[in-house]
Amino acid sequence: MSEFAAVAVFLLVGTGIVLFTFLLAKIIRPSAPNPVKLETYECGETPYGTAELQYNVRFYIYALLFVIFDVEAIFLFPWALVYRSLGLFAFVEMVIFITILVFGLFYAWRKGVLKWF
Amino acid sequence: MLELRGIIDAIWSFIVGLLAGLGIPQWAIELVGYALIAVVMFGVVAVIVLFLVWWERKVSAKMQDRLGPMRVGWHGIIQTIADAIKLLQKEDITPKAIDFPIHFWAPVVTFVAAFMVYVTVPFGKGLIVSDLSVGVLYIIAITTFTVIGLLMAGWGSNNKYSLLGGFRSAAQVVSYEVPLSLALLGVIMISQTLSLGTIVTQQDNLLKWYVWRQPLGFLIFWIAATAECNRTPFDLPEADSELVAGFVTEYSGMKFAMFFLAEFVNMFTASVVAVTLFFGGWMSPFGPDFGPSWMWFLGKTMFFVFVLMWFRWTYPRLRVDQLMGFAWKVLLPLAFLNILLTGLGIYLFDGLK
Repeated sequence: MSEFAAVAVFLLVGTGIVLFTFLLAKIIRPSAPNPVKLETYECGETPYGTAELQYNVRFYIYALLFVIFDVEAIFLFPWALVYRSLGLFAFVEMVIFITILVFGLFYAWRKGVLKWF
Repeated sequence: MLELRGIIDAIWSFIVGLLAGLGIPQWAIELVGYALIAVVMFGVVAVIVLFLVWWERKVSAKMQDRLGPMRVGWHGIIQTIADAIKLLQKEDITPKAIDFPIHFWAPVVTFVAAFMVYVTVPFGKGLIVSDLSVGVLYIIAITTFTVIGLLMAGWGSNNKYSLLGGFRSAAQVVSYEVPLSLALLGVIMISQTLSLGTIVTQQDNLLKWYVWRQPLGFLIFWIAATAECNRTPFDLPEADSELVAGFVTEYSGMKFAMFFLAEFVNMFTASVVAVTLFFGGWMSPFGPDFGPSWMWFLGKTMFFVFVLMWFRWTYPRLRVDQLMGFAWKVLLPLAFLNILLTGLGIYLFDGLK
């Protein structure tokens, strides 16, 4: 059987155990809801509006940067794995690749993307 | 010599005999085996976490010249079990405004993501559930799933504090993820494998530990891992004083306990990866077969967990802009530098084919 069968089994068993503890807690615990208890917590005030509102665009920009650099990191993994057998050519190529990316990072830096207000 | 693998094999062959006698096919027996291992592993992880919670409180207490938990059992050692039973009995208060499916599944996703890492963690000689050929990549991928859980908790709670906490935590984990994966790349370039079992067997004495060849890589990894665990000095997402616990504000009872559990499991995972990749894993520093391997593994890992606790009472919390700036402006260029230096070092000292 493939070595990844264990991953699938761990996923199922882990989820199962967590749901089982939730069920166990549901049987044991008391339940006494009242309207005030079911309000959203906002430091004792009556909650104002919903929380699904506009948020700082910085979060989005960081997510975008992450996608760029993480895809690149994934791209580097196969290269690193066979680095010794690829020889000097691959090393020089990767230096060029990383240099371009570092230029990209510095461009973003100079543009003020990395500044947090 | 006190190796656990022999005992496990003996128990396993007994179970296989029992199941085969019942006429169950081979593949089903294998699946049952994995399921049993998963349950046992859950137990192991739970015991480790219960111990870590107690230990963290004891370490904190010692550093502040207090006693810490003392009442329940010897020096309060079963205090965490009492706490767990208490949390199990607590009323589960779920506000009306929540997005139920997202709110409900968030702790499940967070915990299962933290738990699934242990598929490929080498606890000792032969004590690895499945030595995945893509082990390092798998661990990086699975630990990132925690972000999804935190975002789900933040969004599903429909609470402004939770939302802000969830976003902050996602931004932080995502930012430190990049230098973290790049720092591990140096080790992979030297070891030429992604399998954790092989990486451990390559470091069979003190001088072969990869930390000597990757000091910069280890430093970057350790800082980034501290941030990934949302530990002080990077604990902004949970900043109690400003965000009322961030994404866990609207959670109570067992669901809160799952987040708490996942946090400690992640802390242990960070130490496990540090030990496995940089400090020889279960190999003893004095050559192979010196003392039980799982004790070396636990000892080394517990030391790194202690370092994380030590950080907590040594460094003050960073500001948000310092936090993000550090990841992108310091750690990321350093991680690139580390890759180039490693490549150059292998070329100069070992030579390429």
